[in-house]
Amino acid sequence: MIKLIVQLSSPSLLRSVSVDLNNDSSLLIDIPDALCERDKVKFTVHTKTTLNSFQKPDFSVSRQHEDFIWLHDTLVETEEYAGLIIPPAPPKPDFESPREKMHKLGEGEATMTKEEYTKMKQELEAEYLAVFKKTVQVHEIFLQRLSSHPNLSKDRNFQIFLEYDQDLSVRRKNAKEMFGGFFKNMVKSADEVLISGIKDVDEFFEQEKTFLLDYFSKIKDSTAKAEKMTRSHKNVADDYIHISATLNSIAADDNTALKQHLEKFAELLEKLRKVEGRVASDQELKLTELLRYYMRDIQAAKDLLYRRARALADYENSNKALDKARLKSKDVAQAEENQKQCLLKFDKLSESGKKELTSFKGRRVVAFRKNLIEMAELEIKHAKQCVILHSTCIDLMDSSFIFAVVQVRGRR
Amino acid sequence: MTAWEPPDRPRSRLAYCCPEKMAEDREPPPLADAVQTDFREVEEGEDLFVSTVSTAEQLSPTSPEPASFPAEDISTNSNGPKQEILLDDDQEDLFAEATEEVSLDSPEREPILSDGPSPAITPVTPTVIITPRVDALFDRSLDEDEEAEENGDTFDMQITVSDPEKVGDGMNAYMAYKVTTKTSLSLFSRNEFSVKRRFSDFLGLHSKLASKYMHIGYIVPPAPEKSIVGMTKVKVGKEDLSSAEFVEKRRSALERYLMRTVNHPALVKDPDVIQFLENTELPRAVSTQALSGAGILRMVNKAADAVNKMTIKMNESDAWFEEKQQQFENLDIQLRKLHASVESLVCHRKELSVNTASFAKSAAMLGNSEDHTALSRALSQLAEVEEKIDQLHHEQAYADFYLFSELLGDYVRLITAVKGVFDQRMKTWSKWQDAQVMLQRKREAEAKLQYANKPDKLQQAKDEIKEEIEEWEAKVQQGERDFEQISKNIRREVERFEKQRVKDFKVVIIKYLESLVHTQQQLIKYWEAFLPEAKAIA
Repeated sequence: MIKLIVQLSSPSLLRSVSVDLNNDSSLLIDIPDALCERDKVKFTVHTKTTLNSFQKPDFSVSRQHEDFIWLHDTLVETEEYAGLIIPPAPPKPDFESPREKMHKLGEGEATMTKEEYTKMKQELEAEYLAVFKKTVQVHEIFLQRLSSHPNLSKDRNFQIFLEYDQDLSVRRKNAKEMFGGFFKNMVKSADEVLISGIKDVDEFFEQEKTFLLDYFSKIKDSTAKAEKMTRSHKNVADDYIHISATLNSIAADDNTALKQHLEKFAELLEKLRKVEGRVASDQELKLTELLRYYMRDIQAAKDLLYRRARALADYENSNKALDKARLKSKDVAQAEENQKQCLLKFDKLSESGKKELTSFKGRRVVAFRKNLIEMAELEIKHAKQCVILHSTCIDLMDSSFIFAVVQVRGRR
Repeated sequence: MTAWEPPDRPRSRLAYCCPEKMAEDREPPPLADAVQTDFREVEEGEDLFVSTVSTAEQLSPTSPEPASFPAEDISTNSNGPKQEILLDDDQEDLFAEATEEVSLDSPEREPILSDGPSPAITPVTPTVIITPRVDALFDRSLDEDEEAEENGDTFDMQITVSDPEKVGDGMNAYMAYKVTTKTSLSLFSRNEFSVKRRFSDFLGLHSKLASKYMHIGYIVPPAPEKSIVGMTKVKVGKEDLSSAEFVEKRRSALERYLMRTVNHPALVKDPDVIQFLENTELPRAVSTQALSGAGILRMVNKAADAVNKMTIKMNESDAWFEEKQQQFENLDIQLRKLHASVESLVCHRKELSVNTASFAKSAAMLGNSEDHTALSRALSQLAEVEEKIDQLHHEQAYADFYLFSELLGDYVRLITAVKGVFDQRMKTWSKWQDAQVMLQRKREAEAKLQYANKPDKLQQAKDEIKEEIEEWEAKVQQGERDFEQISKNIRREVERFEKQRVKDFKVVIIKYLESLVHTQQQLIKYWEAFLPEAKAIA
């Protein structure tokens, strides 16, 4: 398989997905390069810090995707952070799409000219690279969200993740944990029913709940549709390759006045397909990725709501237990203590939850704004470029034909 | 031989620009046959500059903007080295005169050059060409207008196929199309008239023309293909988008078919064609049905032809034919491939349009769900933009199809007709050779008779043989004449075909580019309208 080493020198494009990251220079994290071997991606996580809690001011470690998942899951399970929105875990690197394309390309090789095949292969390599870059950036964002969070950045496990210079050798999820995971999902769906059914006393949380539930399903749908749209765009760009190649073949054999037209047309299509490809990938980065990221973020916010709902349920249960204890006059002190703890926990969750959700909204609006502006600007830029390419092509072609065409237009 | 001057004399180029000279050189097409033949005897390379073709063609190897036009490009246009040098030298003079001749405003369909010098043209910049499209469906008459116009001669005929109407019910239903002809040719009794025709009428017309003209080497434009699936849907009465599209596709194809047919100088005069265009009632062409007696006969003949093609080994003495046949073989393969790629493009663009529309809806819902007011508005705006864009893609797919894909499909079928004509030539040659063989046999038989031993029957046999020999000598001569005639015809037809092909493709390429440009410009407009909305998110 391909062994790809990617150097990412420019600021991460996806950073616009979640702004205000890496502002605090006391802890700066980035993923400067990564290695793709077979199906495994090895990320180089580089940390620069002025904090004393770390042994060195500047260091790097190698991490795999599973290590990121371990870190995320550990944070989610940490009781202390129940009132926080835990940044969503980065998705697994998915090279399925380019791999499938490569397979198809291999099958269709016989029907294409050498030139066509080379171009398709280039396209494929570019796509592979794009997927690769995306996955690197998504992992980077995850870490940067953590480092910029006042509470999470101090987490011990996070430090271990950044610093431990040996292989983290995260135990594969053994059977027990798998089952545990399954159980957790079941609990989650029960939670969904729980919070959607009960009306919350607190106005703020009630509104947030309604909003997030609805928004989540909408944004999930939009993400899927945006993905399909981008894929169609890429298909159109690929078609241009084939058409351009065949036009060149025809032009090569042609010895009439048509030859020049065909060649110029073929050339134009070749340039166009590159622009179309860029349009598709820009759209993907600015729109599809944006929607996808916030879909996951909203899920994380929903998780916060679930935890709060569970805490509320716990509190209510403890109340009932206290009443029962008082009735029986048995273990009252213990029940009182339990109730106090539950209330404390619930209040803490509510307080930090409110803060988190408010800042989340702000973050989301800013990110959407930035991306939508950038997308519109890029679309305009690409379209303008297309117009220039077309006009140049028409110019280079038989200009006398323009007379004929204008004449016809005059009569219309 | 007409007043054609060899191109290596600079003056001859300027002669094109001189109106009086042009009137001399030009001959109206109905009489063109005799004249054209002579032209065709001239070197192939010079055909491009023959005056019977449009002005645009004549000017085409050169650009009216000499400053921007690099010398190398000119060479690829002309057919022979002599012309290249010529054009380079004469660029300045040539263009000065040329710009005067081509009138942008003249509404007549008269040959452009027979006018007096028209007002000078303002330099054309690309933006002038780009006019917003008037309708989503591409202006089909444009093709035909230009062809008629640029033929330059007094070929003035415009045919439109319109108003498809369903007649009857159930499986016996059919679509009737209105065929309207506008012409000033004296061949027809009126200047403007229309008739109702159904699809099988068109097939019938083609079948008659093919049987009359293919065997003497004329390239008869093929009729649009039958489609059982398409027609069944229409018959059954499905009033959906796909049947409407099918009918439109067919209507457009029928129009192009008729225009190509009448553009042929010999076919337009054919009584069957005239009858087709003029007569209110036309006998039903049942023989076009696949399972009719004629249909079966056709299939048998096709099979026989295929076998013959494999067995006839022709001694090609003329390199031109060999070259051309090879050329058309290659072109056939390439065009089919290109057609397939373009069809794939049409399909993907339609998909893109559908996916964009579905995303637009989704974005609208998301906008509704969003509780931040400004962002909600921006998302709704995004949904609107995407909806407009999906329309744009849809229109572009239309252009992809009707401009590009259909042209390629037409030419794939046309080239099949061209190959058919080459095959006819082979058959003619074969017939001639067979006649020669028979003649040889008869002569041998005659010679044998000289030494026969039956004096009483001898005289009778000798007379018989003499008669037969005469008969076969005549056949041989006829065979040779036929072969020469078909060869000549084919040469002429191929020239005409190539010219038409160049013209058609050039026109389509530029029109297609314009459609692409238009799409991009609209995109710019939409996104520029959206940008302030996005920036307004507080």
